[in-house]
Amino acid sequence: MEVRPETSTPIDYIALTRDRYDLLGYPPYQWAELTDTPPWTPLTRPLAESTVALIGSGGAYREGQTAFHWKDDTGVRRIPSADPATDIRVTHFAYDLEPAREDPNIVFPVDRLRDLVDEGVIGGLAPTALGCMGGIYSVRRATEELAPAVVAEITAMDVDLALLVPV
Amino acid sequence: MPTLCLTSAYSITASVNPPRAAFSDLPLGHTVGRPHQPEFQRDLLRRALNAAVNMDAPGTIAATGVTWDSDGSWKRRATPTGMESEEDASRDGDPGDSRNVRVDTPQYQYESDRLAAGSGS
Repeated sequence: MEVRPETSTPIDYIALTRDRYDLLGYPPYQWAELTDTPPWTPLTRPLAESTVALIGSGGAYREGQTAFHWKDDTGVRRIPSADPATDIRVTHFAYDLEPAREDPNIVFPVDRLRDLVDEGVIGGLAPTALGCMGGIYSVRRATEELAPAVVAEITAMDVDLALLVPV
Repeated sequence: MPTLCLTSAYSITASVNPPRAAFSDLPLGHTVGRPHQPEFQRDLLRRALNAAVNMDAPGTIAATGVTWDSDGSWKRRATPTGMESEEDASRDGDPGDSRNVRVDTPQYQYESDRLAAGSGS
């Protein structure tokens, strides 16, 4: 039997996955582990004047676009952020899709970020949001294919902050 | 480019070590909260964004203070891929692998999406 997690502290999904893999007789999952101090770019404008770009890795695509496949799909979908979340679809092999399909905002919060623009919390939302597939088991392909594609898209956008929403 | 990474998987985010992260104590698949609860979702986003403004050290993971329920009892049903139903969690025996097979063809939410994408059959 697995040991059930504590209720008062964050769930340790790395430990939980290790236990599950052991039970199933799988070799240990290789988590990305980055120990160097991450690069730091200061925020240069107040939030209320900042344009934010949304990048969601929960497998969001827009109706009319090709859906992601589930075997290391390193593609990126450009999703107009003015479109309602009801136009967003989600696909992924490793999490329960039902709640996100009920309301895509819980993994791809376009409607909510537009709300925050209306409230004046943020200055604006980049016209294009990016959807990608976070379930890539090859760190090399994520690093060499997906990450540079996302960086190229975002740096071309002239935004002040990139908001990453993984699952 | 400044980045802020939302997360509901603290240990995984700590391992990846992004410059700025904001942790909410929610089940996997609910990074921005509960479905159809716009104020819950906006509150989470406001807290995360405001936390980012105050961060001054790379590798910071701020807690938004947003939780799923008052006592964290959902965690007893947590799995590496989400949350079991109460029925499944009360069942005896070791769990299986709840992930889907990793097929290499597009996996549409609806059949109409496939047609809209013009990929035929």
